[in-house]
Amino acid sequence: MDDWKDFRRVFWTLASPGTVWMLVFFIIPMAFLFVLSFSSKAVVDGETSTTAYNYFSTLGNYVAAGGENYLILLWRAIWTSALATAICLALAYPLAMAVCFAPARWRPLLLLLLILPFWINLLIRTYALYSIFRSTGVVNQTLGVLGLGPFEMLNNTTAVVMGLVYVYLPFMVLPLYSTIEKLDRSFLEASLDLGATQATTFLRVTWPLTLPGIITGIILVFIPCLGTFLTSDILGGPNNWNIGNAIQNQFLEANNWPFGAALSFILVYATSIALLLQWLVARRSKGVDA
Amino acid sequence: MRAALKPGQGPLDYARRPWIIALFAAVLVFLYAPIASLIAFSFNVDKSGVWHGFTFLNYVKAWHNDQVFYALINSITIALISTFFSTIFGAMTALTLWRFRFPMKHVYENFVALPIVVPEICMGISLSMFFSYTGMMSAVRDWIWPLNLINIIFAHIAFSFPFVAVVVRSRLVGFNRQLEEASKDLGASELQTFINVLVPFMMPALVAGALLAFTLSLDDFVITLFSSGPGSVTFPVKIYGMVKRGVDMQINAASTVLIVITLAATLLAMKMLGPGKPAH
Repeated sequence: MDDWKDFRRVFWTLASPGTVWMLVFFIIPMAFLFVLSFSSKAVVDGETSTTAYNYFSTLGNYVAAGGENYLILLWRAIWTSALATAICLALAYPLAMAVCFAPARWRPLLLLLLILPFWINLLIRTYALYSIFRSTGVVNQTLGVLGLGPFEMLNNTTAVVMGLVYVYLPFMVLPLYSTIEKLDRSFLEASLDLGATQATTFLRVTWPLTLPGIITGIILVFIPCLGTFLTSDILGGPNNWNIGNAIQNQFLEANNWPFGAALSFILVYATSIALLLQWLVARRSKGVDA
Repeated sequence: MRAALKPGQGPLDYARRPWIIALFAAVLVFLYAPIASLIAFSFNVDKSGVWHGFTFLNYVKAWHNDQVFYALINSITIALISTFFSTIFGAMTALTLWRFRFPMKHVYENFVALPIVVPEICMGISLSMFFSYTGMMSAVRDWIWPLNLINIIFAHIAFSFPFVAVVVRSRLVGFNRQLEEASKDLGASELQTFINVLVPFMMPALVAGALLAFTLSLDDFVITLFSSGPGSVTFPVKIYGMVKRGVDMQINAASTVLIVITLAATLLAMKMLGPGKPAH
């Protein structure tokens, strides 16, 4: 590796475009949003202005966001995301094990089958779920043939969680696969040879060794779930809004930008806490990646 | 010992356990049945959700629906332009991180990865505010196509180049720097070495990164929704509007077209990155 001081011109040429782009189109907008979350709409000539703000004037947006209505939305976002993440993990772990322990020539195909849906547009996948589970959808028609239903399967929390699992399952499979693949199988054989049961081997050997992959998977699923608004909007309906929908509503309809900014930053804080927890756990674990 | 066991009974033969096979099959049905049904119903004659006969009419209607058609053209244009710049910026960022030691390098690495971890909706909202506040949102409204899409393109470059950087950097790790030294010993300049030695080595990752950026851009809904002005609708944003108004088989037809485009690009990318590529 070269020291940047020996090739200043090359260094600055290579580093500038990305850095400038990040500053202008990410850091400055986010910083502005941050400032706005502590601001209030200015009052000009006795009327509330739509364009002017009193910057850094108030904590009121955060206080309002702590109100009962919004705490419910944040809480709902957290527990639906946690539930969806747990279901993804429970499904993805055996699937990733199956792929890793399958004959080598099948592995790429099996893995591809599990992660291919990830490349299809999120909106299209959500709409596909919506159309088969609606009251006149394929699922209800099939049940109708058996003399059951039709059931209302949308506009409830179950639909939202199912939608999140559907959309984010590939994010869990991928890190689990790459960790389990690196796992030294002689550890498992040793454990089984020494008389441990499959369950004990899993809990005391496989799980701890693959912990880094598990944590990465949890983060990759939990964070996008937390900020989701499409799934809850289309599958959950207005009664199942979470914080993402509230943010969208403040910006596109209610037009209260400072309040929407505060809600957005609450989401950023929640994400940061999740990342911090990941870092703390990952630092302590002695898995195959560490 | 081994021979006495039936398939699926070996201690580490997890892939053949019946319950795992059943789970695998069930998950594949769960993943693919909705998409298969969406594609199948794009050929249905009505929108009832009951199969009433095969037709291409939904495709014809979507093709002649100007809003859907131009939204698709917009999406592809944005994806092509943002892919071009994301690939260049991403490759340069990867080269910086691979080649140089510099102060606060770890901070910088996390800095360029920020768009990967920050919730999409927050990035979308902040860009929306930024564009309105700087006047860019209203300024571009009357510009000629495709300049009126410039805000969306800027936003797409911002969230896709970090992904390109990750892909390119992981390829550069395998580069043998003695090749570079050999090239310079033989009289090539810094630039000639870069173009004739390093770029060919990076090529598979550049192609894969570009295709990744292309799919990310084509797929993005949240950030586009907030950074697009009233006049510049992209395909996912248009479909969202149609979904909110109810089920229509034109959506299925248009979605099927988009699925085919993205899957083709993805499979191509995987082929480029796939095994069998010698690392020189």
